[in-house]
Amino acid sequence: MNLNLPLAEWELGVKIPFLPQQASTFAGEIDTLYFVLWALTLFFSALVGFLILFFVIRYKKGSNVSRANLVHTSHSLELAWSIIPLFLGLIIFAWGAKLYADVYKVPSNAKEVFVIGKQWMWHLQHSNGIRENNELHVPIGQPVKLTMISQDTIHSFFVPDFRIKRDVLPGRYTTVWFQATKPGRYHLFCAEYCGMQHSLMGGWVYVMEPKDFEKWQNSNGQKPGDASMNTPTARQSLSEQGAEIYQSVGCANCHAPQDNRRGPSLYAIYGKKRQFVDGRTEIADRAYIRESILKPGEKITAGYENIMPVYDGQLTEEQVNALIAYIKSLGTTNEPKMPGSELDNNGKPISTDGGKSNMGGTPGATTGPNSGNTRGTDSTASPNTKNSADTQSIQGDVRGTSPGSNSSGTMNR
Amino acid sequence: MSAIPVRPEELAGTKRENYINWSHTVKDWLLTVDHKRIAVLYLVSISIFFAMGGVAAMFIRLELLTPKGDLFRSDVYNRIFSAHGIMMIFLFLVPSIPATLGNFLIPLMIGAKDLAFPRLNLLSWYLYMIGGMFVLAATVFGGVDTGWTFYTPYSSVYSNSQVALTILGVFIAGFSSIATGINFIVTIHKMRAPGLTWFRLPLFVWAHYATSLIIVLGTPVVAITLALVAVERVTGIGIFNPNLGGDPVLFQHLFWFYSHPAVYIMILPGMGITSEIIACFSRKRIFGYPFIAFSSLAIALFGFFVWGHHMFTTGQSMYSGMVFSIISFLVAVPSAIKVFNWTSTMYKGTVSLKSPMIYALGFIGLFTVGGLTGLFLSTLAMDVHLQDTYFVVAHFHYVMVGGSLLAFLGGIHFWWPKITGKMYHEGVAVGAAILTFIGFNLTFFPQFIVGYIGMPRRYHWYPDEYQFWHVMSSAGASVLALGLVMPAVYLILSLKYGADAGPNPWRAVGLEWTTSSPPPPHNFDEIPVVTWEAYEYDADYTDQVADESTRQEISGTVPHPVSDHMGTYGNPPGE
Repeated sequence: MNLNLPLAEWELGVKIPFLPQQASTFAGEIDTLYFVLWALTLFFSALVGFLILFFVIRYKKGSNVSRANLVHTSHSLELAWSIIPLFLGLIIFAWGAKLYADVYKVPSNAKEVFVIGKQWMWHLQHSNGIRENNELHVPIGQPVKLTMISQDTIHSFFVPDFRIKRDVLPGRYTTVWFQATKPGRYHLFCAEYCGMQHSLMGGWVYVMEPKDFEKWQNSNGQKPGDASMNTPTARQSLSEQGAEIYQSVGCANCHAPQDNRRGPSLYAIYGKKRQFVDGRTEIADRAYIRESILKPGEKITAGYENIMPVYDGQLTEEQVNALIAYIKSLGTTNEPKMPGSELDNNGKPISTDGGKSNMGGTPGATTGPNSGNTRGTDSTASPNTKNSADTQSIQGDVRGTSPGSNSSGTMNR
Repeated sequence: MSAIPVRPEELAGTKRENYINWSHTVKDWLLTVDHKRIAVLYLVSISIFFAMGGVAAMFIRLELLTPKGDLFRSDVYNRIFSAHGIMMIFLFLVPSIPATLGNFLIPLMIGAKDLAFPRLNLLSWYLYMIGGMFVLAATVFGGVDTGWTFYTPYSSVYSNSQVALTILGVFIAGFSSIATGINFIVTIHKMRAPGLTWFRLPLFVWAHYATSLIIVLGTPVVAITLALVAVERVTGIGIFNPNLGGDPVLFQHLFWFYSHPAVYIMILPGMGITSEIIACFSRKRIFGYPFIAFSSLAIALFGFFVWGHHMFTTGQSMYSGMVFSIISFLVAVPSAIKVFNWTSTMYKGTVSLKSPMIYALGFIGLFTVGGLTGLFLSTLAMDVHLQDTYFVVAHFHYVMVGGSLLAFLGGIHFWWPKITGKMYHEGVAVGAAILTFIGFNLTFFPQFIVGYIGMPRRYHWYPDEYQFWHVMSSAGASVLALGLVMPAVYLILSLKYGADAGPNPWRAVGLEWTTSSPPPPHNFDEIPVVTWEAYEYDADYTDQVADESTRQEISGTVPHPVSDHMGTYGNPPGE
């Protein structure tokens, strides 16, 4: 069925594939590199093979050829066969490194999908609330960023036809992105050995035309006759699911719209710098928020006590994802947040670092660099470019924390 | 000058006392401190483990004939490929050449009576056997299903198999390697015969020196790492398990810090063997001796700084990926130096295609392909696609089986006459060598292709469209198996029916060929004094010198070990 590449497949009674399909923007470049590497491999193997055969035949014992003027070492030859491979190697290195860097550079308009690996299935959450198991539907022409975590052991998300693979680790987010180019159905594998059913931990990536994808989305990810978990009537977006969890597991009891004695507000913290009691600081990214939910004792926000219960083992990674989506969605809402609430209920300034932080003394002034506030939101969330007044809770500078650079850089510490 | 005097008892045709026949009790074998006997003990035991690993490989290839997992259950299949990997790597490839040929030959090659620490040498064999028994026990009591890499947290938390027992076995076997490595380093430093300078050493010894350095520096790291896995598994102390505050990727760093150099532990001794064989059957001094010697050390050194190239997809920092990638490319340079020097050695040589030579040439070819396909995997973006696929499987089999195993077989064939005093059937041996080479390529070349298409490694079930290549691979495996079983048969038969080899059937240079075959218990009747350079093959063997008599005349003027027992296939000259 895939004969768009002359080399890709032969049909001789049996199907003999030679190449995976080219279904993403990476595929073509990787294949070119692959062919160049094979050309080098075949050239040098043939060279060595030819020389060996030639010498064996020509200098066979008893053959009558001149063996005069023997040399046992030659610096120029040694130099030649050191420098030429080195030079070729460095070219290939640079080429491979450049393409590798591309895989780390997530486009800012990427649609985000959350991936949870567990023995032995893939669970995928779209920001709009559609959930899938062992299947991923994506439109062509749209960059898709996968944010992945494992619930048990290490897995690896591998779509050969896209030429992408990234390990899915327990307790740590990793990201990878791709842009599909060709509608069709493509293998999804787990590439990192994960136990008994490892070879069955796979599924399909469906790549659709945008209008088909739209249709699929509108039917809440249902195929005809498919009784999946997405009921067509009541689909909540991921952040809406998160909002529910936020209430039901009791986050809201302490983390109110305003800072209070029990806990800091979580409004507009996403992507901002947080200051901790021990003087350390960290950007509030996914990894930080996940840690603060599951193991709140690790980093205590300056001015607060370590009183939050540990949610490790209480929440699934799906729920954590939803909560993070919700907290992220608070990043630009200005609704419940009251202007002028620099002081919390206790009358204590929110910036509790006592002027240690360079921005701490002038909380209101930090709105300037935050013009890119919306970058911290889901691509599906309605953009709200208005700078909210709640920036007094910001304790630092957010420059350089756009999702693209941030997610790959800080999650992969 | 005579390196070895003609012995009266040999002229009289009586059997000389040698390391095999001086005593026959089991106790004398099991408590021996003779490096040659210990080498034979090792040879027998690693062959048994190789056979077991080979049977596991055949089960794997049988299962993969069909896309469905219909021969074994998935958990059984996982135990089979794990057993294959663990036995082949830790119990066969790592000790294969150093513990057998290295053990046997290093003292002989440097003119010493034994290794520096004979009792430590015996201890190392016992440690190896105890380690092997633990691995076997783990297999018998349910097997282990982690793969040979023991990745955490699967191995330390989730696996329901005999992980701790297996790790204990590998841990103990590691100390056997360390003991051997220390022994070699001290022996090579302190026990060389008078006149045997570093640059007169055979390259086999250089290769083992480099290997020993890696063993001594690297093995403790993997031993500790695996011990940590066992500790986490048994006691629940959090080391690698993120739920207990551990770091699952830390294991990979520590594991590959040893296990990438371990690849060079497996391949460097093979390179040493190849250097000996190529020089001997080209009748020529090896080309670029110092370059080959130092490239061994360079590979040993670089080998410690490339571990991160196993982790390009773990989400490590992009820049650390780039550093590991570029250092990996640097390893290509010493490897290229070796390959081209071996090839150039044949230029203007006098080449004869005896069975060891065929194995050695096969080694060069397969190592070249294995090395070059390694460049795919050092290339960052390419590795992202190829990581954990059959491309990787094919690559490391080209290096380890095509490389190490072929070199090991070549070395066994080359020194078999020295070890046993017997000749095997040369024609059959040539056939087996060619069959192995062909079978090997049929087995593993298809795996490059199916790997690029996307076939992940350690897959029990796989998509239908990959089947063609798996059938090819399995068919090739049966040819390969035949090629590997044949030597076992004719080598054993040669013990009973083989012709006497004499001290030097290949008319090779090197001190090991100056003593009788099998060597006497203390190797040399008198400690040799070395006044010649390594690989002085050309002195008596240029094209003008065609017949025996001329050669003898010339050799009479040049002091040289070969000239001292020139007769046909090593019989002492009837002067």
